[in-house]
Amino acid sequence: MSETAGRCEVSFTVNGAARTVSVYPMERLLDVLRNSLGLTGAKEGCGEGECGTCSVLLNGELVNSCLVPVLQAQGAELCTIEGLTPEAGLHPVQQAFLSCGGAQCGICTPGMIMATVQLLRRHPTPTLEQVREGLGGNLCRCTGYTRIFHSVFEVAKTEAEKADTLA
Amino acid sequence: MRSRPSEYELVAPGKLSAVLDLLALEPGVWLPIAGGTELMVQYSAGRLGARKLVSLWGLPELRRIERTAQELVIGSGCTYTDLRNHPEVAQEFPLLARAASWTGSVANQNRGTLGGNIVNASPAADSLPALMVYEAELLLASVRGQRRVPYVGFHTGYKQTKLNADEIVAAIALRPRFAHYHSYSRKVGTRNAQAIAKLCLAGLGKISANKIDDVRLAIGSMAVTPLRLRRTEASLLGREWSPALVRDARQALESEVAPIDDIRSSAAYRIHVAGNLLQEFVESLFVREQASAEHSQ
Repeated sequence: MSETAGRCEVSFTVNGAARTVSVYPMERLLDVLRNSLGLTGAKEGCGEGECGTCSVLLNGELVNSCLVPVLQAQGAELCTIEGLTPEAGLHPVQQAFLSCGGAQCGICTPGMIMATVQLLRRHPTPTLEQVREGLGGNLCRCTGYTRIFHSVFEVAKTEAEKADTLA
Repeated sequence: MRSRPSEYELVAPGKLSAVLDLLALEPGVWLPIAGGTELMVQYSAGRLGARKLVSLWGLPELRRIERTAQELVIGSGCTYTDLRNHPEVAQEFPLLARAASWTGSVANQNRGTLGGNIVNASPAADSLPALMVYEAELLLASVRGQRRVPYVGFHTGYKQTKLNADEIVAAIALRPRFAHYHSYSRKVGTRNAQAIAKLCLAGLGKISANKIDDVRLAIGSMAVTPLRLRRTEASLLGREWSPALVRDARQALESEVAPIDDIRSSAAYRIHVAGNLLQEFVESLFVREQASAEHSQ
């Protein structure tokens, strides 16, 4: 089939850095992140918005990057798992997944962590039901979820203790 | 097979009027895309027929909820997250807020829009039975102006609607006149965030002098479109509680639905469970009435 569309330039902020990419407007944000920008933390699992392993934050909101045409990210602030990770050490959510055995094969882990970040912003001390709902869009085939849930409760607890200490 | 991005056009004019101009210029050529939770799935699977798309995402005109004297007017670009977070939606239209909470995962609720759900016209969509029982009206916009149509009747067949090729659904208008009604909804399916419903029922009702004074019921996944259950409503209206009431209502329900066997469920299961949900609704309606009567004594 012939090419009907031209490339266009799309600018956004990725993990704090301004970036401009030359892309086809219907390219999936996931592919642009992975192939054009080399950010391979977000994974492709199902490619239809069900498994959540491509999760990133777009203007602070969790999205499946496989379902976002890149043109719709024009001007957006994007955060991927790479942006969450500090220069030294780990983000508290990453540390909790490591400490509690919340990661096994690792394919779902970047998405689980992004979904946990969104969850804890909405519910800093979540109930089990809120954790189940907040991570409902992320599939894990290894852990049976129990250790993932433990990881979430662990980080919620340590962050609450930190906040208490500061207050 | 996966689609090739180079074969697709997508434009984002950034203003509703510019989108409508484009639709008027080449009616039926440009397919509006909002949050992409449906169309991007088709696109990824190589099943998206349209080659030219126009983005509605982020248009401020479509993403607001306004209170007028008589109505709550919800922009079609409001996401399920927007609906869940809006206090007036939660308070006055609890069936819609609940359906929004059932629709897909958090990530999909952050992107999926009410207007997209309506236009996509899936008979299984979770929020559509709620719009039916609240007797929503749709505001359709084009360069020719705006028109208002009742939502019931908007779907004319499987994935068919009354929308003209140059029109979009701009807003959904709801009149808050069901404050004293008992509301009931239930989705039956597997994991909410991934699985489409086997069926879902929404109901509103009220009782006066021990009789069902008003009742509205709508159901998803039981016909080629979301369905308002007029015959079932008629079988209930004006009647007192009795075992025969439930039996008659179940029969009326069976007479007006036409479910299919598919990957998610079977027609026989759907009919049986729909009857159970109907019975649960009717019983809860009378139980509530009895409780409030005892309370006021």
